[in-house]
Formats: sequence, C-alpha cells, structure tokens
Amino acid sequence: MAEAATMQVSDEVAVTINNMNKWYGSFHVLRDINLTVNRGERIVICGPSGSGKSTLIRCINALEEHQKGSIEVDGTLLSSDLKNIDKIRSEVGMCFQHFNLFPHLTILENCTLAPIWVRKTPKKEAEEIAMHFLEKVKIPDQANKYPGQLSGGQQQRVAIARSLCMKPRIMLFDEPTSALDPEMIKEVLDTMIELAEEGMTMLCVTHEMGFARQVANRVIFMDEGQIVEQNEPEAFFNNPQSPRTQLFLSQILGH
Amino acid sequence: MAILSDPPEGPFRLSMLLSDTRYRSLTLQAITALVLALCLAYLYRNISTNLQAQGLSLGFSFLQDPSGYDINQRLVEYTSQSTHARAALVGILNTLLVAVLACITATIFGVIAGVLRLSNNWLVSKLMAFYVEIFRNIPVLIWIIIIFTIMTNVMPTPRAFRGDAATSSMLFDLFAFTNRGVYIPGPGFSNPFFASVGMNWLLVIAVLVGSFFGARAIGTWATKIQEATGDRPTTWYMILGVWLLPVAILLTVMGLTWDIPALKGFNFTGGIKIGGPLIALWFALSIYTGAFIAENVRAGIQAVSKGQTEAAGALGLRPGRIMNLVVLPQALRVIIPPLISQYLNITKNSSLAIAVGYADITATLGGITLNQTGRAIECVLLLMLFYLTASLLISAFMNVYNASIKLKER
Ligand SMILES: Nc1ncnc2c1ncn2[C@@H]1O[C@H](COP(=O)(O)OP(=O)(O)O)[C@@H](O)[C@H]1O
Ligand SMILES: [Mg+2]
Repeated sequence: MAEAATMQVSDEVAVTINNMNKWYGSFHVLRDINLTVNRGERIVICGPSGSGKSTLIRCINALEEHQKGSIEVDGTLLSSDLKNIDKIRSEVGMCFQHFNLFPHLTILENCTLAPIWVRKTPKKEAEEIAMHFLEKVKIPDQANKYPGQLSGGQQQRVAIARSLCMKPRIMLFDEPTSALDPEMIKEVLDTMIELAEEGMTMLCVTHEMGFARQVANRVIFMDEGQIVEQNEPEAFFNNPQSPRTQLFLSQILGH
Repeated sequence: MAILSDPPEGPFRLSMLLSDTRYRSLTLQAITALVLALCLAYLYRNISTNLQAQGLSLGFSFLQDPSGYDINQRLVEYTSQSTHARAALVGILNTLLVAVLACITATIFGVIAGVLRLSNNWLVSKLMAFYVEIFRNIPVLIWIIIIFTIMTNVMPTPRAFRGDAATSSMLFDLFAFTNRGVYIPGPGFSNPFFASVGMNWLLVIAVLVGSFFGARAIGTWATKIQEATGDRPTTWYMILGVWLLPVAILLTVMGLTWDIPALKGFNFTGGIKIGGPLIALWFALSIYTGAFIAENVRAGIQAVSKGQTEAAGALGLRPGRIMNLVVLPQALRVIIPPLISQYLNITKNSSLAIAVGYADITATLGGITLNQTGRAIECVLLLMLFYLTASLLISAFMNVYNASIKLKER
C-alpha cells in the first residue's frame, strides 16, 4: 500500500473527457462522462457487467465513436479525422480480455508487426525492441512460438509486451485477467504492477480489488453508463458513499 | 497408439484378434481387403464371361479409326477424317477450356459478392444475398438452359448486321454479338519468330512467366529495403513496368495484328468465334458456383474474430493493412479447402455441356464415339479415368497451396 504513494503523478493532463455521451441506436450507453487523467495516474474502473466500462475505455482510442462531448488525449482532440485517430492510437496501448494475439504470427512477429508497419522501424531494430519487452514480461524464450502454444497468462503478457513495443504513453486494460485461470492471474498482475511503478499512465477495467488497493490512485465506480462515484482506494473501499457502490462492493467482496 | 502400460504377458488366444487393441485394427483391415478382392474378382469374371458369351472383347484399337463426325468448337485441328482419339482430345481440351474459364470467373464473382455481402451498405449487401440465394438454389442445368435459350432467342442473327437497313451493329466495329455466338478480334503475328502459331504464343507466355518472377523479385527487394530502413519503397509502377514492358516489346517485334471479324454472306468470318454453347455453359457455371464461393468467402472473413481487427486497429494499423496482414492470412485458410471442392464441382458439372451441344469430353468420347463404335465399357472407363485424373490434379495442386498458407501449430 505504500507503493501507491511513492509513485509520481504529474500535473500534466493525459486524458480529458468532457460531457461525453454515447448511444447504440436508441440505447444510451454512456451518459455525461467527465474524467480527467493526469500523466502517471493509475485509474481502476469497476462496476456491474453491462455498465459501460469497456465502452468508455474503447472510446478513448476510437475503437468506438462517441456522439456527444469531447475526448482529448495528449492534447489531440479525438475527431473523425483519420490523422488524429492515428496519432492517438500510436500513443495509447490496449490489452483485451481475450488477448487477441495474431494466431498466424509468432510471438516475435506479433510484437514487431505494428512497429514495422506503423512506426516504420527497421526490422532488426523492431526485433531488438520486441526482445527487450519480452524479457520485461519474462518470456523471451517463447519468442519463436505461436500464440496457441502458450498458456493464457503467457499470452496476456505477450499482449502487454506487444502494446509496449509501440512505446505508448497511456495503457488501457479491459479486464485483462478475467479470462485467466486463477493461478495465472498473479503473473499478469505483477507485470501490470511493474508497469505502474515505472510511471505508466493506466486506465484499467478490473475487479481485482487487491490490485486496485496496491496501485490505483483513484477507483471509479460506473453503473448504467454513468460515473457514480470516484475516490482514492482506501476511502472508496472503506467508506463508499452511494448505496449502489455499497451494494456492488458487498457483492464482489462477498459479505 | 499410446501404450498405456506393459501388457500382461499371456498366451496368444484367437479371440484376441478382435478383442485386443494391438491386433484389432490389423484384423479388421485384413477382412476389408479380403472382401474387396472378392468383389473385384467377381466383377472381373462377370464382365469377361458376359463379353465372351456375346463374342466381344475389350480393346482400344477403335480409337485409331476415323471418327466421321464434325465438331464445331475446337482448339486444335480436327476434321471428320480425324481419329476418335483426336475427337477425344478435342473434347478434353474443350472440357479443360470451359473448366478453367469458369473457375477464374466464378472466383472473381464469388470474391466480389462475398466481400460486398459484408458491406455496410444495406442495398448492396441485400442484393448480394439475393444473388447468392437465387443462384445456388436452382440447379445449374436449368441455368445453363435458361442462358442458352435467352442467347439464341434474344441475340440478333448474323443476317441482322447486313445491308443498309441493318437492325444490329458491331460493338466498336470489333465485336459482334449474335445468336450463334460472339465474334471477337483474333490476334496474329505479321513477323513471327516460329512457323507454328502455338510456339509464338508459348514464347509470349514464357515472357509473362518471367515477368511474374521479376515482379516477385521486386517485392522481395522492397521487403529487404523495408527491413533495413523501415521505409517500404513505392513499387507499383516498377511492377506495372515489369509486367507490361517486356510483353509489349515482344508483341511489337513479332508484329501483332488483329484479325477483325467481318460479315461475309450470311455469317461472320475472321477473328475468333466463341460459340453460344460455350458462353452459356461458362456463364452458368460461373454465376452458379460463384454463389457458393461467395458464401465461402463470407464465412472465411467472418471466421476471423472482430477482436483481431480491433487489436490491430488499437496498435495503429490502417484498415487496408489490417486486411492484408491480419484478416486475409487467417481467412484464406478457411476459404481454400471449400474452394477446392468448388473447382472440382465446376470440372465435373462441365459435363452438362451435352445439354447445349458443347463438344466436351462427355459429348465426344462419351457420346458420339460411344454410340458409333458401341465400345461402351472402354469409353466409360476412359471418361472416368479422365475426370478422376483431372480432379486429383486440381486437388493436389490446391492442397499444396493450402499447406503453404496453413496456420502453423495451434
Ligand atoms: N456493439 C454494441 N451494440 C449494441 N449494444 C452494445 C454493443 N456493445 C455493448 N453494448 C451494450 O452496451 C452496454 C455496455 O456494454 P459494455 O461497455 O461492454 O459493458 P461492461 O464492459 O461494463 O460490461 C451493455 O448493455 C451492452 O449490451
Ligand atoms: Mg466489458
């Protein structure tokens, strides 16, 4: 718990979301979202299934379009302009619940694909970068295997390494451990904690409350497309304000 | 077979042939082989005794006799004085011609319709769904007859192109669409390298093959540069040049000329005639099989999960690159295996040529030759041998291609 305090948060703003609204047809998924994330801040988003957590973070790198309000990432306003979308995506990395590694490419090729085709990095250099990050997630010896040959935990760590190879300034995680067997959750969380300690700006949808207590600066609770409550982890868990948060926490913590 | 544990040593008993996993499969195979051999022996005896009883014998010498019938659509020299073997060759070439043409166009139709069916444009995707459902749910024989009937009834006769009061005219003065077929300009050489026309065309094909490898070399070179510097050089104009320049130079040197069809008397002469039956068969096989291929293509693209596109997009790749680098390599391995069976279907369905009088191998060897010589067993055997060989070749070729793109180790 001491670590969270030692990790630096700057005053510089990384993400600003202003009065953002999104609809799927007539279904109002996200309502009046306001959120500012500073550089180096680590935010955990939780809430019941279907509350719009995934949709919210997918709006940040334009995997989903929003219809109202504004999103600004590193000073770039997210619009339908492809240039802006490219710029934001090259600065924002994302990890998915189901890893989404490319099954037809080796682990190394998974990691070098985007640096080669997007960043135009020479192949040798891209491979060096990839090996560096694969070492960081502790699977350099799997570099020439295919994703299907790895365990779930290893695949998710490759997915993290693959994102890091693009040298992102912000990382988004959408329930990175929900598809994993219990014994593999720790290895992925450890990788994420290490990333947090290095000062990466992170937005993380997860129900791993231990992780939230250890690394989050702020925990956000969402319900029915709204941000219902946000607070520092200690206050959030020990003293939830809204009845909906209390109900959710009692269900998830099992008392 | 996995060995579970050391089998208990015991005396061999006859019942173990069926109950012991070590012997069981061998026993069953031996029984199958025996039954098969008995069946074949029975068939052989039956045929030979019956042939003997009728005073007949099996033999293929009839193939050397003059055929005595004419064939309209042919790729090689042939007259009614030619042998039955020659007639069979004409038939084989005609079968291969329509099969290859139909495979190419069916693939084009299928890919376009399959991709468009996934389009976000409501009208386009519904139109493609309509095409697929209409064409694959009505037998191909009916399509062949419908198209042939439309062609012979709706297209003008050559006579309609004649005189001052002509009711029809040639397209660009180059192409004539008539109820007997389509006449197109035929290429020829005023300054050929070889006396035989075929040899000149082989030379052209050889140059194109060379261009193919040249274009591949450019691709490899571009990849090398990209690996070294990160920037992939623009190559499309080089590839275009490598494809077009050599063949253009060759054709100019050989003095390419076009023999344009012209009306002489009641019919067109000159150029190349693509007969009505060939067109009807080609077109029907293409749109019919294209509808099936469209479904394969759609299924292949849909089999690649949305997560793949999203992960690639989140890494900053643009849609075109996502298609080429992530979606297609995965979709192809779902598309290729059913594509093989579609190509086999086209080859076999081409035997429906007989319905519109297109002289394929079934119509020549399996039709007129069989009836004139009465050599039913020999003709049918040869026919079966041909289709089997053709199908196995297509299969083998496509399987090699499939293996080369298959997903390694999952
Ligand atoms: N593509 C879509 N079309 C229509 N509704 C969707 C789509 N994606 C998600 N939804 C709906 O939006 C709501 C929020 O989804 P999501 O953001 O995935 O929730 P969470 O991640 O919090 O479980 C859910 O009710 C879901 O059914
Ligand atoms: Mg979700």
